[in-house]
This record gives sequence, structure tokens and C-alpha cells, in this order.
Amino acid sequence: MVDLQVSQVVCERGARPLFAPVSFSLGAGQALQLEGANGRGKTTLLRVLCGLATAHGGEVRWQGAPMAQVRADFHRQMAYLGHALALKEELSALENLCTDAALAGLELSVAQAREALSRMGLRGREHLPLRVLSQGQKRRTALARVMTRRAPLWILDEPFVALDAQAVEHLCRLLGHHVAQGGALLFTSHQPVALPLPGGGFCAVEHLTLEPHP
Amino acid sequence: MNQRAFWGLVQREWRLAMRRKSEVLTGVFFFVVVAALFPLGIGPEMDTLRRIAPGVLWIGALLASMLALQRLFEHDWRDGTLEQMLLSPVPLPLLTAAKMLAHWGLSGVPLVLLAPVLGLQFDLPPEALGTLVLALALGTPVLSCIGAIGAALTLGVRGGGVLLSLLVLPLFVPVLVFGAGAVEAQVSGLGAQAHLSILAAMLLIAIPCAPFACSAALRIALDA
Repeated sequence: MVDLQVSQVVCERGARPLFAPVSFSLGAGQALQLEGANGRGKTTLLRVLCGLATAHGGEVRWQGAPMAQVRADFHRQMAYLGHALALKEELSALENLCTDAALAGLELSVAQAREALSRMGLRGREHLPLRVLSQGQKRRTALARVMTRRAPLWILDEPFVALDAQAVEHLCRLLGHHVAQGGALLFTSHQPVALPLPGGGFCAVEHLTLEPHP
Repeated sequence: MNQRAFWGLVQREWRLAMRRKSEVLTGVFFFVVVAALFPLGIGPEMDTLRRIAPGVLWIGALLASMLALQRLFEHDWRDGTLEQMLLSPVPLPLLTAAKMLAHWGLSGVPLVLLAPVLGLQFDLPPEALGTLVLALALGTPVLSCIGAIGAALTLGVRGGGVLLSLLVLPLFVPVLVFGAGAVEAQVSGLGAQAHLSILAAMLLIAIPCAPFACSAALRIALDA
């Protein structure tokens, strides 16, 4: 069950606050798009929320408890896609997915990994070493990795970068499907994004803009 | 869950090493070449060679294991895998322990296996060769443990390679002293028992402590 509470979080870079204090909450079935100019600190904020970096003020709570106390539980229910794709160039897409699942302590059969890859349009390329794939195909592999985590909360940093129009549309559908199933989504993007729901219509995407620090 | 993650990571490191064989072989060849140069440079005086053999072989092993250290976390850090390791529900010390085990398996074990062959060049007696292998088998995992902490501390630092050597080599001194001392003691007839016990004690301290220190250093390195 997703319940992320962010109150008055401040991030600094070199003693300079990056943005005005941020507060929001994210629950099951919600999608939140984080916006802001280049260099405003969107990635930094996402890293803070994941627990990769420490905030300089404010508090992040997961299911009502301070993050520091429930970190392992939070990480079990969260999948993160950063700027670096966390893929090994020497391994094939399939091997990447399987080893990543093992690192997260998950059991992932080859069939499941194959299915996730074909959902991202990589059928027939599962066994190629990643270094021969294009940027967009690598990103599709990374997105397939997020899907194999079976985590209710997805935190995606610029998921649409390098994807072709068809892949963007497909990803939007997958994201809409995830939210419709009670998942939660927090992502950054500079483009307006519409997430179609499986039954028709669109998922309501909330927007949060990072304001410069006063 | 934890076991799967541990062996999954060891397996991944092994698979990656098999696909970038040159990185593994560099360290091994370095060891062979360094050890082979000494007899050529010093000449065929058996007494001198026998006397310097333990020190030379140990220093060779030390430097060869240093070579692979710089890349221990570097690749994972660059491609973002390290972030995912930190975000795994599996405790980070367990994952760093797996990295250390893999490092030892890929850079320490070949040295242990090659050492007796190289020891022959120095005219080491058979019982000394046995001690050398035993001392290296106990000492090289300690090098991997200490080295991993250094590699984590210097992660992302410009000129990290040199800094890593400055940081880690002084910490390798006790291992060098007792490792080389074990072989010398065996050759001189004193018996290597005491030296090997101390090496084993170092290993027993390093195995439970190093993963925690290494994890703390990695968290600091990524929190930027």
C-alpha cells in the first residue's frame, strides 16, 4: 500500500537551497508529475525521496513512519529509474533483468523476464549484449526492469527520454495501467503527459512545480 | 532472499569478468611478470633469491590485487548499478561482502594458485612453497577486504587511483609482514604456525567488519 508523505523538504547544493520547501503526499492510484526548470533539483529531490541522498530539512514519511525506520520495507515496495540506467553493457537484456531481480532479492523466472521485455517491444533482442542496442532500446530494457520489480510505487526520472513516439505511447499506456491497478507513480518530465486508462479515459496526473527558493 | 542476492551478485561479477577477461588477466600477468623479473635482474645466486623470494612474491601479490581494486565499484557507480544496490531491500553489507568475495575469487585465487610455480624460480624448498600458498590463501582475502574499503572511500574522487594506493598500501603492511614472515620462518626452521595464526586472526576480524565499513563509505560516496 503506497502512502508517501513529504513535508517541507529542502535540498541544498553547496549551502545554497535548490528550491522552495516542497510538501506533497502520494497514495495508491495517484500519479504525480514533477516539473521545474533545468537545474532546479528534480533529480536531487527524487534521490532524496528514494533514500540515496539526505535532505537538508523537512521530513519524508512512508506509511506514517519516518523513512529511516522503514527503509528496507520502502525499498521493497519501490522501483527507481534514474538517469543512469543500471544496466551492464556486457550482459544481455535478459541477463540484466535476472541479475537485477536477484540483487533486489526477488525471484524472477526467465519466462517472466522475457515477457517483460517483449511487453517493452524487445522481443527477439533478449540475448543480444546490451552494448549493441540503441539508447532507446536500452531505456526500454531499464523500464522492463522497473516492471519486473512488482513494486507498487514507481519513481521514474525522465522516463520518456530517448524513446520513439510509439514507445512513448506504449509506456503511457503501461503507466496508466499501473496506476489503475492501485499503483502510484512519481515522475519527472518536461512534456505534458496523458496516461490512458485500460477502460478508456485518462488518469488524472497531478503536477508539482519546483519553485526557485525565495 | 538475502542468500539469493549474495550468490546472484557473485555470479554476476563472475559472468562480467568472463566477458572482460583482459581486466582479470592484467592482474595475473602483472604478478607473473614482476615475480619473473627479479631472478633475471638479480642473477642466479640461489641464496640471495631464496632470501628475497617471500618478500618479492608478497609485494607482487599486493600490487596485483591493487590493480583490480580501482575498478571494484567504479563500473557499478558509473552505470547506476550501485544506486540500485543501495536501494535493494537486501542489506548493503551483504552485497559488499559479495563484491569482496568476487574480487578475491578473481584476483586473489589466481595468485594463490600461481605462487608455488613462481616460487620455484626462487629455489624455494617444497615445504616453504606450501607455507607460501597457505599464507597467501589467508592473506589475500584480507587484502580484498581492506582494499574494498579504500575503493569505496575514493569512489568518484579525481585521481582516485593514486589516492587509493596511498590509502590502502600502508594498511596492507601487517599482512605483508606476517605473510612474508611466515615463509621466512618456515625456511629458517622456526615453523610458520605463529605467523599463519596471526594472518588467520586478521582474516577473522576483516570478514565481519569490512563489509560494514565499506557500505558506510559507499553511502557517503553516493550522497552527493
